[in-house]
Amino acid sequence: MTPPPMMPLLAFQDVAKSFTLHLRGGAVLPVIAGATLAVHPGECVVLGGASGAGKSSLLKMAYGNYRCATGAIRVRDGDRTIDLAAAAPREILRLRRTTLAYVSQFLRVIPRVGARAVVEAAGIEGGLEPEVAHARAGDLLARLNLPERLWALPPATFSGGEQQRVNIARGLIADRPILLLDEPTASLDARNRAVVVDLIAEKRAAGAGILGIFHDADVREAVATRIVDVAAFRGAMAA
Amino acid sequence: MSEFPTTEPLLTVSGLTKRYGRRLACDRIDVSLDPGEVLAVVGESGSGKSTLLSLIAGEVAADAGCVSYRMRDGATRDLAALSEAERRALMRTDWGFVRQDATQGLRMAVSAGGNVGERLMGIGDRHYGRIRATALDWLARVEIAPDRVDDPPTRFSGGMRQRLQIARNLVTSPRLVLMDEPTSGLDVSVQARLLDMIRGLVAELGLAVIIVTHDLAVARLLSHRVLVMRGGRVIETGLTDQVLDDPQAAYTQLLVSSVLAA
Repeated sequence: MTPPPMMPLLAFQDVAKSFTLHLRGGAVLPVIAGATLAVHPGECVVLGGASGAGKSSLLKMAYGNYRCATGAIRVRDGDRTIDLAAAAPREILRLRRTTLAYVSQFLRVIPRVGARAVVEAAGIEGGLEPEVAHARAGDLLARLNLPERLWALPPATFSGGEQQRVNIARGLIADRPILLLDEPTASLDARNRAVVVDLIAEKRAAGAGILGIFHDADVREAVATRIVDVAAFRGAMAA
Repeated sequence: MSEFPTTEPLLTVSGLTKRYGRRLACDRIDVSLDPGEVLAVVGESGSGKSTLLSLIAGEVAADAGCVSYRMRDGATRDLAALSEAERRALMRTDWGFVRQDATQGLRMAVSAGGNVGERLMGIGDRHYGRIRATALDWLARVEIAPDRVDDPPTRFSGGMRQRLQIARNLVTSPRLVLMDEPTSGLDVSVQARLLDMIRGLVAELGLAVIIVTHDLAVARLLSHRVLVMRGGRVIETGLTDQVLDDPQAAYTQLLVSSVLAA
């Protein structure tokens, strides 16, 4: 049975998150409360709100990187949904291979592995055949204007913008239906920002759902189908 | 790329307990490991993490608790019920153990090729040419040059010794490898190379690994799940990046916040 078309790919339902700082006398730092939002196929939902409002925390929860205190985060997995807030570690790892892509601002460097191989490995892990992954890695890096002479080199020595483009290629190479983008264009120039805008449009056209943070107003304007103000998710919290 | 089949786990540890005098080195530890899964056990010196590894390997007798393992024939056996010969056969073939101190994991008076070949002979291979070819192949995979095959590990650097230990352990295609601080004591550049090699081999061969380390960066790079130990107890366990990025227990928060960012 295929899911109804309007079933969301990703749905937060009354999610709350706080940090208990044991090293600060157990102080509780509330981040999010009452977060409810859904991302459907073809949508690009952009999280808005001031710095510190909990935008990145929401993305990290959607990737299973942060736990949530209460509520559910339902991820569509074939014809069923899985609640990330209650899922076992190996279930979350499986969803990351098949369903959830996450592009952070910073590339976590893997020593000694070349840029193209880093991207390729992400593709293979996401289920692509090795030849397809190899070809797509080259296509993506070329589209993102990463000079071919850098492809064989480990990204550790690259500039911030170059590393970010490797990171984007890595996040987008496989056909995962949910993309979580945490300021993927922060250190890119206008030409490369435009490439990312195009790549996002292509993913949407292919039916992916995107939840992202974009500080750059032009990019936000170009990609967002909807903007959700995260400040609304603080209402229930005692400030 | 392992698919973590949701069948029975490969290894199940339940209630494992060990006392040294009045001190509890391991207090009712429960762990399960699936094929292809990498578990990091982290904690400071004296947390009981190395004792846990020795208990699992059956090198130290537990005071209570049980370790069971799904053998190659599919039957799950309680390791304490194996005969000594069966246990040694399992360690020589289906398990590997990479030690912090290479002199305990290698035969220092035997050539590099001999160290690798010995494990093959241990599982009954008697064909000299084939053993030597396989040994050479494995030494190449761990980046030890062919002209060093006849040298004993006493003439190897620390990093080379660890790579030789890895070759010696992996040559019999084990399904489970225990690693006790395999990269500590090495120069950072050597560490990075070794870690990357381990990461590649583990993924390529679909190995299940339990790696004991005090280095959270090693845990992050290699493991799927992490177990935080202190004073013989499990303080926190879960998905590695979740435990390291959103630690819940006070002790884990202290551990994570004590790391200097490079």
